[in-house]
Amino acid sequence: MSDEKKIHRDLEPEVTEKLRHQSAELAQCVESGDYAGAMNLINQLSEVRDQSLYREVGRLTRSLHEAIRNFQIDPRSQEQKEVLSLMTDASDRLAYVVQMTGQAANRTMDLVEESMPIANILREDAASLREEWQRLGRREMQPAEFRELYGRVDAFFLSVTKDADTIYNSFSEILLAQDFQDLTGQVIQRVTALVKEVEEQMLSLVVMASHVDQLTGTVHQIDNEEVSAEQGVGPQMKAEEREDVVSGQNDVDDLLSSLGF
Amino acid sequence: MKILIVDDFSTMRRIIKNLLRDLGFTNTDEADDGNTALPMLKSGKYDFLVTDWNMPGMSGFDLLKAVRADENLKTLPVLMVTAEAKRDQIVAAAQAGVNGYVVKPFTAAVLKEKIEKIFERIQ
Repeated sequence: MSDEKKIHRDLEPEVTEKLRHQSAELAQCVESGDYAGAMNLINQLSEVRDQSLYREVGRLTRSLHEAIRNFQIDPRSQEQKEVLSLMTDASDRLAYVVQMTGQAANRTMDLVEESMPIANILREDAASLREEWQRLGRREMQPAEFRELYGRVDAFFLSVTKDADTIYNSFSEILLAQDFQDLTGQVIQRVTALVKEVEEQMLSLVVMASHVDQLTGTVHQIDNEEVSAEQGVGPQMKAEEREDVVSGQNDVDDLLSSLGF
Repeated sequence: MKILIVDDFSTMRRIIKNLLRDLGFTNTDEADDGNTALPMLKSGKYDFLVTDWNMPGMSGFDLLKAVRADENLKTLPVLMVTAEAKRDQIVAAAQAGVNGYVVKPFTAAVLKEKIEKIFERIQ
């Protein structure tokens, strides 16, 4: 009963008016034996039923088209403009995000891999000099050895200055390599907005379709298939709030040790 | 010690390769999914396998099962390094014979600890 009320409330007034009018006519036709007229009215009735769905689909198509047309990003430079104007759909834009983040990660790792050996050499040189320095402190050093040590310390100071510059410049470039976040953030926000818009329109379509289903008495068999996690499902969101998901390495270790690992 | 690193993202392979090098393991090879990794494992005499789970082609879980089903590879130590965080999946990996499970994002210390634990148990 409450369902029926809902249908009346949610259908457009002109549609319900038309329905009411034609169903009265239909009853009259059947009573008077005008079956051809009755069949004609039944056809008209089903047209009325479909009309609002068509209207909704039309509206959806227009707003989706609008949403896709509005899906633009403000380019800041000519280069960005060229890149962005080439991308007309969301998947291209997301591929661009993957490419940008990949480039930044690789650039960062290049610089880190260049800097790590420098830090290693500095450490080794300092350790070996300290040994010599302590020998000097214990007065175990010959004058000739001291002169050699003096030269090494001087060279060390020079290389520390040079290497510190190199490492500093790498850090500075690593910092700059993070500028992708600005552009990718913009792209992702746009894609998110598009997805939200599409989702809302889809939802109205689903609501519309369910009204038609109620009118026609159609019942759909919906299979809630559990997706297998065997192929992998990727990172889980809001892990802290969920029972079926671990929220860190400690949880993994606890789970595995409870299994006898 | 020859190690095969399997991940579909080259950046992650590179991170793991760097961390392994810091731990003293310099002999590493890379593959981007199970289909590429399995023939390498069969012909390459690897001592250790580090694999992601979610990859196009053959997943890391299928690779683990294939390794355990292979007469020559079934004792190969396998460490899973993955973003897959469902309890069911971790249990499934354990039952399929994984030797260690590191969930992303991870730290160098965690990777070190798990690798050392695996080698301790083997020796």
